[in-house]
Amino acid sequence: MSNKVIGSSVNRLDAVAKVTGKAKYADDFFERDMLIGKVLRSPYAHAIIKNIDISKAKALPGVEAVLTHNDLPKIQFATAGHPWSLDPSHRDVEDRLILTDKARFVGDSIAAVVAKDVLTAEKALKLIEIEYEVLPHVLEPEEAIKPGAPVIHSEKPDNIISSFGPEFGDVESDFNNAFHVFEGKYETSIVQHCQLENQTAFSYTDTDGRIVIVSSTQIPHIVRRIVGQALGISWGKIRVIKPYIGGGFGNKQDVIVEPLVVAMSLAVNGRPVRYALTREECFIGTRTRHAMKFEFKTAVSKEGKLIAVSINALSNNGAYASHGHSIIMSASSKFRPLYNFKSIKVTPKTVYTNLPTAGAMRAYGVPQIFFALESHLDDIALKLNLDPIEFRKQNLINVGHVDPLTKVKVRSFGILECIEKGKELIKWDEKKKNYEKQSGDKKKGIGMACFSYFSGTHPVSLELAGARIVMNQDGSIQLQVGATEIGQGSDTALAQMAADVLGISFDMVHVISCQDTDITPFDTGAYASRQTFVAGAAVKKAALEVRKKILTIASKKVGLNIDELDIIDANIIEKNLGSIVCSLEDVAMESYYDRINASPITSDTSVNIRTNAPAYGVTFAEVEVDMKTGKIEVLEIYNVHDSGVIINPKLAEGQVHGGVSMGLGYALSEQMLFDKETGKPLNNNLLDYKLQTILDTPKIGVSFVDTYDAGGSFGQKSLGENPTISPAPAIRNAVFNATGVAFNKIPMNPQAVFEKFKEVGLL
Amino acid sequence: MKKISMIVNDKQYDIEVDLKESLLEVLRDKLYFTGVKQGCSVGECGACTVLIDGEAVNSCIYLAVWADGKKITTIEGVSKNGELSNVQQAYIDEGAIQCGFCTPGLVLTTTALVESGKDYSDEEIKREISGHLCRCTGYQKIFNAVKKSLNK
Ligand code: FES
Ligand code: FES
Repeated sequence: MSNKVIGSSVNRLDAVAKVTGKAKYADDFFERDMLIGKVLRSPYAHAIIKNIDISKAKALPGVEAVLTHNDLPKIQFATAGHPWSLDPSHRDVEDRLILTDKARFVGDSIAAVVAKDVLTAEKALKLIEIEYEVLPHVLEPEEAIKPGAPVIHSEKPDNIISSFGPEFGDVESDFNNAFHVFEGKYETSIVQHCQLENQTAFSYTDTDGRIVIVSSTQIPHIVRRIVGQALGISWGKIRVIKPYIGGGFGNKQDVIVEPLVVAMSLAVNGRPVRYALTREECFIGTRTRHAMKFEFKTAVSKEGKLIAVSINALSNNGAYASHGHSIIMSASSKFRPLYNFKSIKVTPKTVYTNLPTAGAMRAYGVPQIFFALESHLDDIALKLNLDPIEFRKQNLINVGHVDPLTKVKVRSFGILECIEKGKELIKWDEKKKNYEKQSGDKKKGIGMACFSYFSGTHPVSLELAGARIVMNQDGSIQLQVGATEIGQGSDTALAQMAADVLGISFDMVHVISCQDTDITPFDTGAYASRQTFVAGAAVKKAALEVRKKILTIASKKVGLNIDELDIIDANIIEKNLGSIVCSLEDVAMESYYDRINASPITSDTSVNIRTNAPAYGVTFAEVEVDMKTGKIEVLEIYNVHDSGVIINPKLAEGQVHGGVSMGLGYALSEQMLFDKETGKPLNNNLLDYKLQTILDTPKIGVSFVDTYDAGGSFGQKSLGENPTISPAPAIRNAVFNATGVAFNKIPMNPQAVFEKFKEVGLL
Repeated sequence: MKKISMIVNDKQYDIEVDLKESLLEVLRDKLYFTGVKQGCSVGECGACTVLIDGEAVNSCIYLAVWADGKKITTIEGVSKNGELSNVQQAYIDEGAIQCGFCTPGLVLTTTALVESGKDYSDEEIKREISGHLCRCTGYQKIFNAVKKSLNK
């Protein structure tokens, strides 16, 4: 393998399609006779639906169908985009109907209209008459678990989805023997993905009587399964097509619009129906990031060694389980391969409330726990009068560390290099000194935070990925993968891998970007930063098979063993002499047209990856805090990552920029707000929900350290979600450094900062 | 309904539109210029930006009837004779594209800046671009692409 394309910043494959407006997203396809579907959403946070009268809506001219739960199968299903589990005890909670028979949050889907256009559909929604019996609601998890709280799902009378948590070592005795014990409480808010393309899908029945769904999904094969389950249809009758996707970040790792759009289409005899969410609906009707509350208790030795940590956590899941307890379980395991605790106990509770459903969002619970942990470590360092960096450094695990519970082994561990690089980039020592004594209304400070993350979901979930390669007559290939390109650049990275294994140039790899469950190899989709890691292994395997077939044909020509041959620049080379045996094209032509031996070169394969590779990184941030107004400005921010071998530095840098930007919003401005009295959303639009704009975003510095992980097919580890994890605690620690005020809740928006300053007597 | 006549990407269109219809709806649903993206439909995200007589406008909050007699450029009209414009090439080379949903609008706003012939400071560039939301890139490479476009 010549390894030239991996590591180079080739332009992304779909750049031209996207920059010319030719890339077609799910809403860009038009079918003749297409109808529009719209949904009636609950105005109440919690209510029994006593009666629904759809007669007036049905009678409106232009309305083709009106649906309620009475018209649909009474099948409870789960929406989370996980691989199906053959083990029933490992399945997601099946707690919802396509259209509900009880309203559990403001925005819950109650009835659907199919009409000739949007205006008619909206008019019809207003004609649906519903008699509600309004119930008391509960928005906060600590209230929801109290005895006597409103019961949201009768199957879980205590509103607790699960309270299982990991534990190892002897926490109790470690605390009893501890020299220091520190406690801290930390809290994160509900935020949303805000991918620019809202969720949308359309569906129709094709000429063979099969159901086709074109959807803005991250997980086409899972959509097929869940639609089949929700509607009681054989999975093979369903075909899911995923075109270009306008971002996902986990929002589309959940099957939300598809079962309903199929039901809508079936209600009009398979005519095409589009169900596109508005931005306002997307905020409340899809998924959010779980707000979490943590109580940390940490035992530390006299020398400043971390001994034990006990974490109580409450995760606000909203009205339906979706990914549910998996989120806090992910948090509880992914933070572990970083600091060397002798014992750990996490006591989590994932709780139903009458809010929009929380689900998967970039880094899956891990930004929440690292906000708490990294804030807590700075709090401890200050109390011990230790430098926060030195304190962390003296508590790191070592390479070779094996987690006692997951058995995940750390084969590469670049965190120290990340820290050193980050320190240098921000000029840590110099600034530290300069900011010791400050006066005036504006104060500067620096802070940092570390993180660990996984590459894929092993050992919790199945990690299967498929790849297929077909070689053309000119030696170029089509590469087909089940892994989904959703903007992160996976098609390009996977093409780079195939090019390197096959000794061909990048432009000889044609990636079939659209996934179609009838055609594409099986893969569970884009999530858990798994694609370069897991799908990369599938691509490597497929390419190696093709390579072997090529060399076998070539070896017959020269009478040499295939080990003596190589492919370089699309030529077959005799390794020893460096001489050209023949061109790849010659081999490809023979594979198609040799009268005796013709057999076109293809491979169709999959991998089941049963390993993981923890990835690492740090954020270093410098802030300026206006002590009068509470405004925090991030002056400098750097993310340094250990993600193993970087396949495409330009794309990788782009992932980090986007992740840090999301982290900045998480730290400083983003928060979904709800009215306490009614549970109504207060800012489910892009004006009132404060996303980062270009004006809010400082220059983001990015760096990678050189590591190679034997678990990655090319030494690579995860990267996509990782950059979102550590910015918030780093910024919080910088504010702590600047002001001496410990903010234990995000976002630190001016109002929150102002109030906190008042509370501690600074104002 | 009202009959309007507008030029889109150098071609004349005479069509009937509803008085309530936005230009976005007409461009996408009637003329199939699907490069015009919809991220919010209320003027908050910039994804639907088109050029109207050279000026960048959110087409979702611009009534189609107002476009009568106007010259519109959508992303489909930016490359000429199959050649990418300098702005498009800058977005590609700088790596300013990820999911691509914000890209058409940004390319058009950048094109308007370039065609204005004016000089822009870094702060001014940011202000001009600030009506576009992008959730993927953190704006770093977008900013670079705009700068590169303006320096050509
Ligand atoms: S769709 Fe027009 S500004 Fe968002
Ligand atoms: S590239 Fe995805 S929103 Fe900008």
